[in-house]
Amino acid sequence: MSRDRYSRFRKFHQAKWDEEIIFELSVPGERGVLVPKAEAAVADEIGDGVSVLGGLKRKKAPALPEVSQMRVNRHYLRLSQETMGTDVNIDISQGTCTMKYSPKVQEHLAARHPGIVEVHPLQDPDTMQGVLEIIYRTEQLMKEISGLDHFCFQPGGGAHGVYTNASIIREYHLSRGDYKRDEIITTMFSHPCDAATPNTAGFKVITLMPDENGFPPIEAFKAALSERTAGIMITNPEDTGIYNPRIKEYVDAAHAVGALCSYDQANANAFLGIARAKEAGFDMCHFNMHKTFSAPHGCMGPATGAVGYKDFLKPFMPVPRVEFDGRKYYLDYNCPQSIGKTRSFLGNFGVILKSYMWIMQHGAEGLKEAAICSVLNNNYMMKKLKETRGVVMYYDFGVGKNRLEQVRWSWEKLQQDTGFGTGDVNQRLSDFGIQHYWTSHHPWVVPEPFTLEPCESYSKDDLDEYCGVLAEISRECYEEPEVIKGAPHCGPTHRVKHPEINDEELIAVTWRQYLKKKGLKK
Amino acid sequence: MKKLGVIVNPVAGMGGRVGLKGSDGLEILEKARAMGAQPESPLRAIEALKVIARLKDQVEIITYPHEMGEDEARAAGFDPRVIGSIKSGATIAEDTMQAAKEMAAAGVDLILFAGGDGTARNIYTAIGSGSKIPVLGIPAGVKIHSAVYAINPKSAGEAAALFLEGKAVNIREAEVMDIDEDAFREGRVSAQLYGYLNVPENKKYVQSVKSGAHSEKAHLQGIAAEITANMKDDVIYVIGPGTTTRGIMEELDLPYTLLGVDVVLNKQVVANDVSEQQLYDIVKGKKTIIVVTAIGGQGHVFGRGNQQISPRVIREVGRENITVVASRDKLVSIMPRPLLVDTGDPELDQELSGYYRIVAGWQDTLMYKVGME
Repeated sequence: MSRDRYSRFRKFHQAKWDEEIIFELSVPGERGVLVPKAEAAVADEIGDGVSVLGGLKRKKAPALPEVSQMRVNRHYLRLSQETMGTDVNIDISQGTCTMKYSPKVQEHLAARHPGIVEVHPLQDPDTMQGVLEIIYRTEQLMKEISGLDHFCFQPGGGAHGVYTNASIIREYHLSRGDYKRDEIITTMFSHPCDAATPNTAGFKVITLMPDENGFPPIEAFKAALSERTAGIMITNPEDTGIYNPRIKEYVDAAHAVGALCSYDQANANAFLGIARAKEAGFDMCHFNMHKTFSAPHGCMGPATGAVGYKDFLKPFMPVPRVEFDGRKYYLDYNCPQSIGKTRSFLGNFGVILKSYMWIMQHGAEGLKEAAICSVLNNNYMMKKLKETRGVVMYYDFGVGKNRLEQVRWSWEKLQQDTGFGTGDVNQRLSDFGIQHYWTSHHPWVVPEPFTLEPCESYSKDDLDEYCGVLAEISRECYEEPEVIKGAPHCGPTHRVKHPEINDEELIAVTWRQYLKKKGLKK
Repeated sequence: MKKLGVIVNPVAGMGGRVGLKGSDGLEILEKARAMGAQPESPLRAIEALKVIARLKDQVEIITYPHEMGEDEARAAGFDPRVIGSIKSGATIAEDTMQAAKEMAAAGVDLILFAGGDGTARNIYTAIGSGSKIPVLGIPAGVKIHSAVYAINPKSAGEAAALFLEGKAVNIREAEVMDIDEDAFREGRVSAQLYGYLNVPENKKYVQSVKSGAHSEKAHLQGIAAEITANMKDDVIYVIGPGTTTRGIMEELDLPYTLLGVDVVLNKQVVANDVSEQQLYDIVKGKKTIIVVTAIGGQGHVFGRGNQQISPRVIREVGRENITVVASRDKLVSIMPRPLLVDTGDPELDQELSGYYRIVAGWQDTLMYKVGME
C-alpha cells in the first residue's frame, strides 16, 4: 500500500489508547526487576545495605508504582504511539528549532559505548582522558567554526547559554569598576531568551521593534545606546529568516559606547561554514549543539548551549575548563574571575559527543553544504507556499532575497477570507501525519503566524508533501469548512478547549496533585 | 441559546463621502442627504452579520425595527426578535440609546453595533461605565477614534461569532472617544475620552488564547511596578488618563481619574482631575515627569483625551521627562505605524517626534517611534 499516486497524501490515523496513568496500573507487590542479593563479600562489608544508611534511610517507602516489566513496556510504547516524534514525521513544522536528522550511529555510541556510559563524573580526570579529549577537540572545532578563541559546553540548553553570556557581560563590566551599565538591548525578532535571560541576570532590557521591512531600525538602536548599555544580545538571521546585512554597523555602534556584543546563533544553520561571529565583530556567541549540530532536542533537559568568547573574556568563563598541557587533559578550576559553575560536572557530555561526531562526519565542506542545502530547501518551499491561497509573506522583497533558512509565514489572508486562522490550520495538520507547527514567539507581530524551517535533511519529496498538505488544508478552509471545524479527526485526542487546558485549578502535574484535584484523596 | 443585540445607526458614515467630517446632528444629516450621501452602515452591518449566520441555530438576534437592525438581520438570513419602535427614515441618537438600554435589560450576551464614534458614545451613555455587557463595533462611521471597533465588518462578525461560540471569551476594556464635530469641521481636532466599554478581544490582536488576558494583565502590573519603583522623591508625576496608567495609581493605592489627569508627588496625590491651568500652575518651574499612554485605536500619546497636558505644559516639563507606557500587545496592534502626537502645536509635535523607550513591563522597554499624522 503506497501513498495516493496523485496527491501524495497519506492515509494516516494515529493510535489511540485509553491508557491509564502508570500509578493506576500499580498492583502491590508486583515487580519489574528483582534485585539480586548481594555477593557474600559485599554483604559482609555492608550487611543488608540499608542499616548502613543510618539517618539517611527514609521513614516511609517511596510511593512508586509497582508494575511488571511487560506492562511497563506496553504502557510506554502505547504512549509513544500517541506522540508525533521527529523520527516518524516530516518535521519541518518546528521552525526556529532546526529539526534535522540525528544519525543513529551517534545515539548508539552515546548510549552503549562502555567508555562513555560507564564513566562517573567524579572520576579522577586521569582516568577519563578520552572524554576530556572529545570535549577539547570539540572546542577546537567550534573555535574554527565561529572564529572566537575559547568555548565552554556546560550550559544545558540554548537559553542557558545566553544566560551565561549575560552573566559574563555583567562580570566583565563589574571587573572594570563600571557599575552604571545596567541595560541590554535586543530586538523583537530575536529569541525571547535574549531579553529574558539578561533580565534574570539583573539587567533592564530594551527591545527594538521591527520597521516595515522587518529590520530593527538602526536609528532606534542608536537612540537606545548610551553609557548605560552593557551589551547587545541579538539573533541574526532573526526568526523571520531575514539576515540583517547591517549587523556590523550595530556591533560597531555598540562597541563605540563600550558595550559588549553577544551573538545568538540558534539560527546558525543558515550560515554554518559561511559566516562567522568573529568577522561580524561579536565578542561572544552561542550555538545550540542539539539542533545545529544534530543532537536531538531535549525539552529543557539534555541539550547543550555552546558558548564562545574572545580572548579578553576568558577570565570570566565558567569552571571547570578542559585544558591540555601537551601531555594530558585536565580540569582547571583556578579561575578567580570566573562566573563560577553553571552546570553540574561537565555538562551534557552525550550531546557534545554527538555534535563532535556530526562535525567530523561532515568536515568543513560538509558543514557549508548543510547551510547551503537548508537555504535552498527554504527557498524552494517559499516559492510553493507563496502560491498557496490564503498565505501571506510579510517583508517580501522578492524570491531569493532576504530569506535564509526559515520564514515566519502568515495566514492573515486566509483568516480574513474564511475566518479560519493559524490555530485552525494547525489542528488539521496532524490528520496528515505531520506534527503541529510552531506559530511564533509572543507577541504575534506577524499576524496568524506559522514558522517553518525545512533544514538540509529533507528531500524534495518531503518538501512537496508538506507544501501539498498546507495547500490542501487551505482548500478545505475555503471549500469544506466543516472538515476544518471538526479537526483533528485522526489523532488520539480531539480539539481541547483552551480555557480548560489553562485552568490552573484543573492541571495536575503529579499523581498526588491528580488525586487531590479529582477529589480522590484529601 | 445565546442572545445577540444588534443596533445599526443607519445614518453613520453618511457625512464622510460628501466631505462633511461626521454625521452628528440633524442639520448636518439633512445637508449630507441633500448632497446625495447614501447610507453606508446597513451594508457593513449585513457583511458582519453574514459571518455570524453560521451560528443561526445557536444565536437569537434581538434588534430594533427596520433599518436599525431588523432589515440587516433579515438580509443576512436571520429571523430576529424585534423590539422597540422608531420613526423609520428619521432615526436619531436617542433611538440608539433607547435600543442599547432595552437590549441590556433583555440580558443580551453581546451588543453588536454599526456606527462611528458618535454611536459608540451613545451606547456608552446608555449602558454606562459600570456595564459588564460586552459590545463590539462594526466600523461604519466617518470618525473612528474609539477602540471598541473591529478592523473591518468581517472581522467584527468573526470576533462576535467566536465570542458567542465560547471560543474567544476574553474581554478587554476599550476607549470610547469622540471628536467635537463642529470643531472638526472647522479644522480643529478636539477629541475627548468618554469612558470604557468591554469588548471581546479582537481576533487579529489576540495573541492566541494561551497568553490572552493573563499576559496583558501581567504586563500592565509590570508597567505599574516599573513606574512606581523608579519614582523619585520631590519630583512631580503627571499621570495621564487611560487604563494603562490607572494601574500606576492603583499600585500606589491612590484615588485616580480614569478619564482625567492626576498629579502625584512623593507617592501622594497633589490633585485629581486637573484642568490645563491647574496643571500648568503645578508644574511651572518644578522638576516634573509626565506619564502617558497611547490613547484610542490610533495610539495618540498627546492630543486625544489628554488635552489638559497642553503644549505649554509639555514645553515646561521637557521632552526628556516624558515617559510613555504601553503594553506590547498595544504596540503590536499599531505597528508599523508610529504612535501619534497632535498637541495642536505643529512645532512642538515635530520636537516630540522620534524614538522613545516605551515602558512595557517590569525592567522592560521597547524602542518605538512617535510621529505626527
